[in-house]
Amino acid sequence: MTNTPPNLIPMSMPGGKSATEIGYHVLSVLVENKAGVLARVAQLFSRRGYNIYSLAVAPTDDERFSRLTVVVDLESVTLEQITKQLHKLINVIKITEIDPRESVQQELLLAIVAADTQSRSQIMELAGIFGAKVIDVGLERLTLALADTPDRLDDFTDLIKVFGIIEVQRTGRVALTKLARPSNRGGMNKGKAS
Amino acid sequence: MRITGAQALVKSLEMQGVDVVFGLPGGAILPVYDPIIDSPIRHILVRHEQGAGHMAEGYAQATNKPGVAIVTSGPAATNIVTALADAYMDSIPIVVITGQVATTSIGTDAFQEADTTGITMSITKHNWLIKDASEIPQVVKEAFHVATTGRPGPVLIDLPKDVSNQMMDWYWPESVDLPGYKPNTKGHPRSIAAAAKLIKEAKRPVFYIGGGVIRSGGSEALKVLVDKCNMPVVTTLMGRGAFPDDHPLCLGMPGMHGTYTAITAMQKSDLLITLGARFDDRVTGKVSGFAPDAKIIHVDIDPAELGKVRRADVPIVGDVKLVIEELIEALDKGEVGEMAFSITQEWHDQLKSWQEQFPLRYEEDPKDGSLKPQYVVECLSKLAPEGTILASGVGQHQMWGSQYWHFNDANTWINSGGLGTMGFAIPAAIGAKVGRPDKMVWAVDGDGCFQMTAQELVTASAERIPVKIALLNNAYLGMVRQWQEMFYEQRYSEVYLSPDLPDYVKWAEAMGCVAFRVETPEDVIPTIEKANQINDRSVVIEFRTDWREKVFPMVPSGATNDEVVLGPMFEGR
Ligand SMILES: Cc1ncc(C[n+]2csc(CCOP(=O)(O)OP(=O)(O)O)c2C)c(N)n1
Ligand SMILES: [Mg+2]
Repeated sequence: MTNTPPNLIPMSMPGGKSATEIGYHVLSVLVENKAGVLARVAQLFSRRGYNIYSLAVAPTDDERFSRLTVVVDLESVTLEQITKQLHKLINVIKITEIDPRESVQQELLLAIVAADTQSRSQIMELAGIFGAKVIDVGLERLTLALADTPDRLDDFTDLIKVFGIIEVQRTGRVALTKLARPSNRGGMNKGKAS
Repeated sequence: MRITGAQALVKSLEMQGVDVVFGLPGGAILPVYDPIIDSPIRHILVRHEQGAGHMAEGYAQATNKPGVAIVTSGPAATNIVTALADAYMDSIPIVVITGQVATTSIGTDAFQEADTTGITMSITKHNWLIKDASEIPQVVKEAFHVATTGRPGPVLIDLPKDVSNQMMDWYWPESVDLPGYKPNTKGHPRSIAAAAKLIKEAKRPVFYIGGGVIRSGGSEALKVLVDKCNMPVVTTLMGRGAFPDDHPLCLGMPGMHGTYTAITAMQKSDLLITLGARFDDRVTGKVSGFAPDAKIIHVDIDPAELGKVRRADVPIVGDVKLVIEELIEALDKGEVGEMAFSITQEWHDQLKSWQEQFPLRYEEDPKDGSLKPQYVVECLSKLAPEGTILASGVGQHQMWGSQYWHFNDANTWINSGGLGTMGFAIPAAIGAKVGRPDKMVWAVDGDGCFQMTAQELVTASAERIPVKIALLNNAYLGMVRQWQEMFYEQRYSEVYLSPDLPDYVKWAEAMGCVAFRVETPEDVIPTIEKANQINDRSVVIEFRTDWREKVFPMVPSGATNDEVVLGPMFEGR
């Protein structure tokens, strides 16, 4: 157990601020797949002074629609005002607020890490623990990919920092409401449709 | 039938029942102007595209039908941006069609290219960039639907030149396909019942009436409701005329320059029955101090208005007219029907005593013989035939227009409330007259405003649209001067305009109008009477008004509505 990297932070202790903290909300917005829709949503946020923390867009299985997953920062306004204003956009069809506790959320991280012959195996080990993949290998660098919850990505980033991060990129978050399953822990609290 | 995109556009407008468009041609919209020659639609050639937009707004406000403007790309599209922003703020249904460079040139900084849909995204209810001629009838139908339903507002269709020239198979769509747009019009029955109960329980209620009542065509229904409840009414700047000023329960306008009674009634009220109004900052004053004891019923077609500024005890999403009708019924139904109204005689008495103590007041017989702007508006109102429409610019004259004109009908007061667009009056008056040729149309305008859009009087003369302009020439950007006098220690900065540069009479005559200059109070009535006799040409009366006059009452910006400043007429009392 001697080659555990130094500064290993216990995973239960998130490094930086994470979007799951109170104050952030995740909105899943179903929109018509029309030119300019993303601009409309983005402009609405900037014009009304709402802050977007992250944003992911992709077509749905029905090609007429796309889904935006928007993480919003609720410092300035209420979620209610944001959803109501979003609803006024003609191309917005449905907005679902996704409760972080009642949803599964994933982000993708790509990171180029300095990896000389000495540190390479340590990095690989760390990647193994987190379930990250090595997707590109250079002489002195590795590119890692990890899809996981935002918290786990934060942890992972903190840990690989020690080796020297050359570049890191994260996607916006995508989220789905947790599936219903028999439970004896009281009622299910699904994402609130608004 | 194979026709061009341009022909399809004009045909679609015809199908939509459009009888008049306001516009000005240019390169990118040239193909559309060719079929306009053969169309029964009347085209009114403006002198500036901003004018086309405001005319469309004036037309819409006078008729409750959508106004239409057609302009070319680039600079023409940017010229009409002000009118779009204005219509967006005041929820006025207009449809603006702009030319665009060919689809193959979009994004290349082509000649007269502007990102029109991008620029207007936040000041339209929706906009469309058409990429294929086959979309045209569908988009036109959708555009009119979006503009006129729900909370009305401006929409824009951007039409590239090659799409106008492209051939298409004509069709007229049966329906619109807008899966994300389904405005609610009927109020929720449980909320209606809850509102009716609050109305019955209120001891000091006030009807707070906004422009939504006019847009929804609800003023007749409102009269029935108010008479049934016997409760006082205030009408906001946008809501003037929604309830008759002559009605004994009408307290006039609330807000920054409202009547003392309207402002204070709201302030002391225990229930605001808010119909189609939006708690604008000019009405509420400092929001945290606004109507502290009042419960709120808030009815609006736009759910986003509910709870935006002030939390409502009973929020109701719905068409105001329908909700009023539902309320009238609910007041007689079930348990609520059994209840008596709780409004007190003390409340009525209190209001009456405020009205007697603090009416709108100005110096009626000034010793120096100066001409008071308030007197001018009062005379205009008295001498105007019933149903006369009054349009207004923005500034002191607008406030005097709203205060001293007696509005007894909906759609007779046309002004720029939300955006406060100087220069609105003249083109809006022209648009209103086009929509209601049967009515006399006056505009009250300021000298500053007049200089912004006066050229549209050329349009009025050329197109034989006789409007009447009462130009209150105080030689100042008066409203700004008032603020500098009151809040900037009388340090007047860039507000002086001069009384006789330009010579307004000569200018008006040069534009084909009959023009008069009035400098004394004695000449006011005879000159207005003369103007009212002229029906074949536009008339401009330049009134040289007392530049020292300020608008009162006034709630200073940032103050609560408890701090009404009544002005010099009430000093020493
Ligand atoms: C386009 C535009 N520019 C500036 C203003 C700011 N503003 C508000 S009222 C006013 C003065 C208007 O002057 P005038 O038309 O002479 O009217 P008055 O107040 O003198 O009656 C100005 C400059 C505005 N509302 N709109
Ligand atoms: Mg002036």
